[in-house]
Amino acid sequence: MDSKLAIAKSEPIWNTNVRVISIIAGLIILLFALPLFGMNSFYLHLFIMIFMHAVMAQSWNVIAGFSGQISLGHGAFFGIGAYATSFFYMEYGVTPWISIFFGMLVSAIFAVLIGIPMLRLSGHYFAIATLLIGISFQVVFQRWDLVGAASGLWVTMTPEDSWSALQFHSSKAPYYYVFLIFFLITFFLVWLLSRSKLGYRLRAVRDDPQAALSLCINVSNYKIIAYVISAIIMAPMGSLFAQYILIIDPDRVFNIEISIIVLLITVLGGIGNVWGPIIGAAILVPISEYSRIYLGGTGGAVDLIFYGLILMIICIFKPNGLISFVPKDILERKKQR
Amino acid sequence: MKILTVENLSKSFGGIHANRDISFDVEEGSILGVIGPNGAGKSTLFDLITGFTKADTGKVKFFDKDIFGISPDKISNLGVGRTFQKLKPFADQTLLENVMIGAFVKEKDIKRARDRALEIIDFVDLIEKRHHFAKELSTGQRKRLEMARAMAIDPKLLLMDEVTGGVDQKTIPGLVELVKKLKKTGVTIITIEHNINIIMEISDNVLALDQGKRIALGEPKEIQNNKQVIDAYLGTFDAA
Amino acid sequence: MTTEIIIQAMVTGLMMGLIYALIAAGLSLIFGLMEIVNFAHGEHLMLSMFSSFWLWSLFGLDPLFSIPITILLLAFCGIITHYFLIRYILKAKMLIQICATFGLSIFIRSIAQLLWTPDFRNVDKPLLEGRIEIGSVFIGQPQLYASLVCLLAFFGLYWFVTKTETGLALQATAQDRHAAEILGIPSNKMFAIGWAIGLGCVGVAGGMMANYFFIFTDVGINFALFAFVAVALGGFGSIIGCLYAGIIIGLVESLGGLLIDPSFKLLYVFAIYLLVVIYKPQGLFGRY
Repeated sequence: MDSKLAIAKSEPIWNTNVRVISIIAGLIILLFALPLFGMNSFYLHLFIMIFMHAVMAQSWNVIAGFSGQISLGHGAFFGIGAYATSFFYMEYGVTPWISIFFGMLVSAIFAVLIGIPMLRLSGHYFAIATLLIGISFQVVFQRWDLVGAASGLWVTMTPEDSWSALQFHSSKAPYYYVFLIFFLITFFLVWLLSRSKLGYRLRAVRDDPQAALSLCINVSNYKIIAYVISAIIMAPMGSLFAQYILIIDPDRVFNIEISIIVLLITVLGGIGNVWGPIIGAAILVPISEYSRIYLGGTGGAVDLIFYGLILMIICIFKPNGLISFVPKDILERKKQR
Repeated sequence: MKILTVENLSKSFGGIHANRDISFDVEEGSILGVIGPNGAGKSTLFDLITGFTKADTGKVKFFDKDIFGISPDKISNLGVGRTFQKLKPFADQTLLENVMIGAFVKEKDIKRARDRALEIIDFVDLIEKRHHFAKELSTGQRKRLEMARAMAIDPKLLLMDEVTGGVDQKTIPGLVELVKKLKKTGVTIITIEHNINIIMEISDNVLALDQGKRIALGEPKEIQNNKQVIDAYLGTFDAA
Repeated sequence: MTTEIIIQAMVTGLMMGLIYALIAAGLSLIFGLMEIVNFAHGEHLMLSMFSSFWLWSLFGLDPLFSIPITILLLAFCGIITHYFLIRYILKAKMLIQICATFGLSIFIRSIAQLLWTPDFRNVDKPLLEGRIEIGSVFIGQPQLYASLVCLLAFFGLYWFVTKTETGLALQATAQDRHAAEILGIPSNKMFAIGWAIGLGCVGVAGGMMANYFFIFTDVGINFALFAFVAVALGGFGSIIGCLYAGIIIGLVESLGGLLIDPSFKLLYVFAIYLLVVIYKPQGLFGRY
């Protein structure tokens, strides 16, 4: 008996598979090197969108996948981030590097304000409430004159590339690196989160709130914490997106499509799994971008047809997402049976 | 030293008295068995003590601390563990992860929480199943999982709802042994049991409930000869 | 602000509310039966309005006469939905159930957009036209008849569920599908019937609204939101609760629009939703 316990205790806590670690390290180096090989601006754009959507989906993954609360209006935090950054930049000249944090702060405050009443709701009630929240934000911003109402904000352009204003007109490569770094940091932090005490406790809340209560876990507090973390991850993507396209309006940054796509990417890749959003984004974003090119103006609707179809097919056949095709021991949890 | 004192605890659901004026106390280090026919209010009593259901009136004291009306997470934090009649494992997580979630109450560091969880899993004799998902375990194993998880928070008082309910005959002796082994660690136990022989075997005291009321409290021998208990519970038990 | 205007708003709200009630009743019936929220409910409503529209525009059939066809089409649509999607996710986690019907809603809406473009359409010169005047209150005839037909359909549904054999079998399945199966009620068939009836209700509402409402691919979104709210207010699974909840929402929408600002209608309804689900999570009215 003792020896079995000793063996169990000697197992590594993390997956220390050298091959997996070196593959990941290699991929990261490759991502940093890619623009040096003279990628054209379309490919840069494609990768930027993949990074951005992976982070957005990861944000949704934290609230839905880790803590089990289905938010159907998560685009709200994207929009808040976008507006907060652009507004402070345009009105007060605050550099986006700082106003990104304003966006995170405002999002976090909203997450607390929304979360305290709403996370007491369970299941469908919460899902419907968040759907209403998402649309309410769009409605309010469409009519809010201070932030340009329906026509939105046109970010003041700098005459030339500027790191302090986070605007680059001559090449997309700097954006690529900014998004890449945010992407890597986010995934690293969420990966840490999933292995931390907090991560374990959030999964407990998701799987069985009552049992969690019996283990000293204050379920409602943990739900709010997850919601706030999720909002903080989402907001910077809105901020960076605003700097990337330099024009934001309610129909673009509060669009319900944002809430749909983060859900879709996560469910496709694998909900509740740190790697799920990467896989989902790497598959869906190219589909979306290519269909936009080849199908022109109607592309918006055509890629949505695929999204809807894929979502239903995944729900029927692979509810754990594409990640379930990958053998477990390669990824995070090392199982010895 | 009294670990738990319950006075005049009452709860009704829409006019039906689930618990009426229940009073009893538990000596530290002992096992209290709770018996009663179906619907006697045993599980409700557990929910009231652990805060999962708010009692209407009464008093609950854990050592000297009044815990009436406190939320379940705070009560468990004081050192009151529980298992559930309808098992509630974290189904999509492994046995080890299930127990680690409890162990984090005492250990902040992940490695130490893991080691602590492994020791408890070893204690309940499931060490080889540590990487199995909870949903893959048998009912008996899941009962052990729940006990291990509750123990991981290092409770002074452990409430166990039907340890041997719903498992096959072969599994029962092992679970009973586990309860005895648990008692030796010094933890105080309150257990709901349907199997009267087991209750008589393991309990220091027995609390008998019927229709939400306490009908008897005493040592197993007294209870066995108590006429009210025989009428209410043992009689139906024999008939069944 | 005169009393007449307020009465006018209340009448308008009441008429709208009866339509919301019927749409919500269909949603509630499905939820009560299998604990699945049909997030594609609004798209089903949109389909029913387009069915009316195309029957009028291609065959010259007035919406009033095409209602039976629309109802049958929607009921068929419900059976298909159950057969190809819902029955596979009955045992899945709630998250997956939500995502699946959400996926269906995206699918239907975007296909509609591809086929019919996002243009606004309407039925020209339907049989039901004009308005009547009672005192100083104007009531649009198509609106009036739509709400009356919806009310009628609502009571028909209530009668069906509480009085007929099939309705009672539906209730039995809703309460305990395994016990019902032992009694010889096949739950799969009951689910399909539930979907057929639930979307049939939507067919009635959509068909009647085609008389006077603009028809476009996003038309269902707001109706679905209000229906979700109505179902939550009425208590998930309660049919009669939907009637009261629908009327409350209709009144809040029109009075809020009149007294405060019409562009924030959604927010008033949302506020009511939050107040109710937080303070009375079981809804205002019990089940059935």
